[in-house]
Amino acid sequence: MLDVGRHPNIELLAYSEVEKVEGEAGDFRITVRRKARYVDEDKCTGCGACKEKCPTIVPDAFNRGLGQRKAIYSWFAQGIPSTHTIDPQYCRQLNGKKCGVCKKGCKADAINFDQKERIIELEVASIIVATGYDIFDPALIHEYQYGKIANVVTAIEFERLLSASGPTGGHLDRPSDRAIEAEIEELEKKAAKSQKVIGKFEEQHGESSAEFYTRYEKGEFKGDEEREKWAERYKEHLAIVEPLEALKKRAEGFSAAKRLAFIQCVGSRDARFYPFCSGYCCMHSIKEAIIAHEHGSETTSTIFGMDIRAVGKGFEEYKVRGGNNSNIRYARGRVAEIIEGPDNNPIVVYEDTRERKVKEEEFDLVILATACAPNSGVKQLAEILDIEIDRFGFYKTSANQPLDTSRPGIFVCGCAHGPMDIPESVAQASSAAARAVQIVTASEKLRKAS
Amino acid sequence: MTDKMDEKKGGLEEIRIGIFICDCGTNIAGHIDCSAVTSYAATLPNVVYAKENLYTCSESGIAEIINGIKQHNLNRVVVASCSPRTHQPLFQSSCSQAGMNPYLFEMANIRDQCSWVHMQQREGGTEKAKDLVRMAAAKAAFLEPQKDIEASLVARTLVIGGGVAGLSAAEGLAGMGIEVILIEQKSELGGLLRQIDTLGPEGDKASERISGLIGALKACPNVTIHTDSKMQDIAGYIGNYDVTIHQEGREEPIKEKVGCIVVATGALPLRPEGLFGYNGTNVITQIELEQMLKNKSFDAKDIVMIQCAGARCKERQYCSRICCMIAVKNAMIIKKQNPGANVHVLYRDMQMYGTEKEQMLWDARGMGVRFDIYDPDQPPEVKDGNVRFFQPLLGKPRDISYDLVVLSTPMVPREDAPNLSQMMRVAIDQNNFFMEAHAKLRPLDFATDGIFVAGSARYPATVEEARSQGLGVASRVATILFKDKLVTSAIVAEINPETCVGCLGCQQMCPYEAITYNPELNACEVNTILCKGCGCCASTCPSHSAQLKGFKPQQLLRQIRAV
Repeated sequence: MLDVGRHPNIELLAYSEVEKVEGEAGDFRITVRRKARYVDEDKCTGCGACKEKCPTIVPDAFNRGLGQRKAIYSWFAQGIPSTHTIDPQYCRQLNGKKCGVCKKGCKADAINFDQKERIIELEVASIIVATGYDIFDPALIHEYQYGKIANVVTAIEFERLLSASGPTGGHLDRPSDRAIEAEIEELEKKAAKSQKVIGKFEEQHGESSAEFYTRYEKGEFKGDEEREKWAERYKEHLAIVEPLEALKKRAEGFSAAKRLAFIQCVGSRDARFYPFCSGYCCMHSIKEAIIAHEHGSETTSTIFGMDIRAVGKGFEEYKVRGGNNSNIRYARGRVAEIIEGPDNNPIVVYEDTRERKVKEEEFDLVILATACAPNSGVKQLAEILDIEIDRFGFYKTSANQPLDTSRPGIFVCGCAHGPMDIPESVAQASSAAARAVQIVTASEKLRKAS
Repeated sequence: MTDKMDEKKGGLEEIRIGIFICDCGTNIAGHIDCSAVTSYAATLPNVVYAKENLYTCSESGIAEIINGIKQHNLNRVVVASCSPRTHQPLFQSSCSQAGMNPYLFEMANIRDQCSWVHMQQREGGTEKAKDLVRMAAAKAAFLEPQKDIEASLVARTLVIGGGVAGLSAAEGLAGMGIEVILIEQKSELGGLLRQIDTLGPEGDKASERISGLIGALKACPNVTIHTDSKMQDIAGYIGNYDVTIHQEGREEPIKEKVGCIVVATGALPLRPEGLFGYNGTNVITQIELEQMLKNKSFDAKDIVMIQCAGARCKERQYCSRICCMIAVKNAMIIKKQNPGANVHVLYRDMQMYGTEKEQMLWDARGMGVRFDIYDPDQPPEVKDGNVRFFQPLLGKPRDISYDLVVLSTPMVPREDAPNLSQMMRVAIDQNNFFMEAHAKLRPLDFATDGIFVAGSARYPATVEEARSQGLGVASRVATILFKDKLVTSAIVAEINPETCVGCLGCQQMCPYEAITYNPELNACEVNTILCKGCGCCASTCPSHSAQLKGFKPQQLLRQIRAV
């Protein structure tokens, strides 16, 4: 990323969308809409002072909503360019409220609330489409109860939980436990407030609320309005503190997730959703299981899959090593359903094809290896570029010219082309570059000749 | 020694150091006292100018460096800020812009290695930042101007192998205007594809694909093809390789000069001697089945295919990636020819990754091809027209009669791969496949600059993947050969021939094979193009003859003694 950001021959137009493409191979004219960041790219140094000051907290999309960010943000810490952006949906100032805290905090004077989106025109010889993919929404598979059972997460959410720079600092805290901890925090704030209120009564009357309340219950203070109020406040306080104590007690038993289940082909190889194999998910699950084991040596993982497709260089060896050294068990089959058991533990129901038995097995956390879905903007962009889409929803190419789309001069690589892993994407990116340069070379020759 | 060094320093010109202390907004200034560090820096020896910047990397910060150099006649610049990994190139280029040699620049990392790790310790952090700045200034005084190393480039490429990957690489290169010499061991181009009948279940002919690829290549100018040819010798380095090619029936070897080399030597299907009763007649391999289909001698009715024959086992742990697809494709071709044929595929995992391949698996099932899992601990037994295998779903063994068993064997590296790898000084892995520089991020490069790999020589690849990789390699080569000359960093090792005793200790340590022994001088020499400036030689050399520019003992010792 850094190399791209720094390369003298690369102009990076982040936060921009293609609107229109005219012309032909060797001579395309492209209209690009540069969205307003409300931050001056030339001035912003990416220091992040603005986001520290920003008062508006919003869910962090990069962390799949598991963490929080501010209304002014960078997509993630190492992002290129490091220029920050104001989210117009949440920014107080942009929504007509009084704020502007970021502007005051920005020593580079980069904040510009009046910035407008701009339309720019580019002239290029060839185009490479590398728009990637979307993650399949597993809530569509009702039997897996994603979104209903807190401890059923997607592979990418799990990736964020494993990450040292993620919302849990790399601790495998379960979403249900995190929710309870958040609730405790909330209740503690409330308890502190109500403690203050009853504290005033206690000071005034020189008696603890508990002692007073016992007497009050016996009917000692009938008709005493002041004490009625105290009793009322004390009852309210108890209504906060009692569940708080219960939750705290529960939270004492929380520990990192240790028994993990990975479910393969969630949305892939499934006639209801995507018939194709997403290619990378088997290795992704194995990698996540190995890293989880590195985090805690007692962690065990079960990977449920129809086939384990470890087809790349060194992949089969990695898979075997995971089984031998990282407590991974490979279970063949498609999981029938997930139900919720005690302590928010998901229970996986599946048929063990070796023992020919239907089994129920309890885990701490279930990870869904979601399909590589065609990008949601695929049709729109296909129309703009005037290129075809294949029967699976990705940009169409031919086996003979695997980088060429249906329109000369426009090439595709990576997961926009079809599901693939990193080495294949990188190799394809180089190939697409070669094809694109061939067009440039040919058009330069033509220009020289004419 | 100290006196001598001081003399050297003072003898040439007065050292005038400028130090720029970056606040990085609040990233540094929020945790340490940058103003204190700046006033301290101004008191250091040889420092004539010290300036605090809000952001040294911002436009105004860069302007301050440039103006500082001009106005204060600086001949050394130190920036105390973030990481040299991200910002050194920017600051160095600003120094050159102002007319200062960029190798006289030094950086102190007072953010990642100071303010960020001492966030709650303002005083201590400030003192440490002062130490880091003092060290950098001490070293800077002893830096020497350097010139980037430039070397000529021969704008031609050698492609070894005339299969899909090699042909695609050659076509890609020629299409970008780079001259290509392609050598092929066999008398005809096409590689393994020549032995294959069809490329997909629709029956696309492999022969047509080859002639298409060859036709496209022959239409390109600047392509020389040597068939019946083998590599005999390779000398030189990136930009300037001297290759010697032996062509059959020719006495004089062919000598060529090239700038880059592409290895696309492919792989071969394993001959499974001794496995599953292989006999080449009614127990055959997929490639032999292709031959039968090609010459129309195929007439079997009950066919059993066994996957992973000789793969994913003790001897060969790897999965060969493409054999499942080949088996499914051939099963579909057979079913198309004769819907009454029984085709049974025994497998461990069907490796039909991606869109089209998985679709093939669905379609094959639809056509009536049977798929059954076998357990590698209880492999199928092939005997007298019967295959017996344990079917885990039923929990008991099952028998299938056959008139033909087809073994799906893995692709194995060519026997001459280790030899070629030694000749080119590139790595091979434990299976003898060529090893790329980085499994994820540099799949087509070797660690040795100027040599690249594509296709099944790296790892089994489908025709489409080999084509893609071949084209990809072409652009990897272009990143080098599109330039007029090769420019590399001056931070390389040098060996003093007068003090070197020729012990070869450095040669053994050098990971880039950049050091050679010169018997005439009885001393070792550094090839500055191959040298990456790691410093292994310098730290090994018992006589301090090997030194790394920019990290010489006097420079590092000054830095260390400043602590």
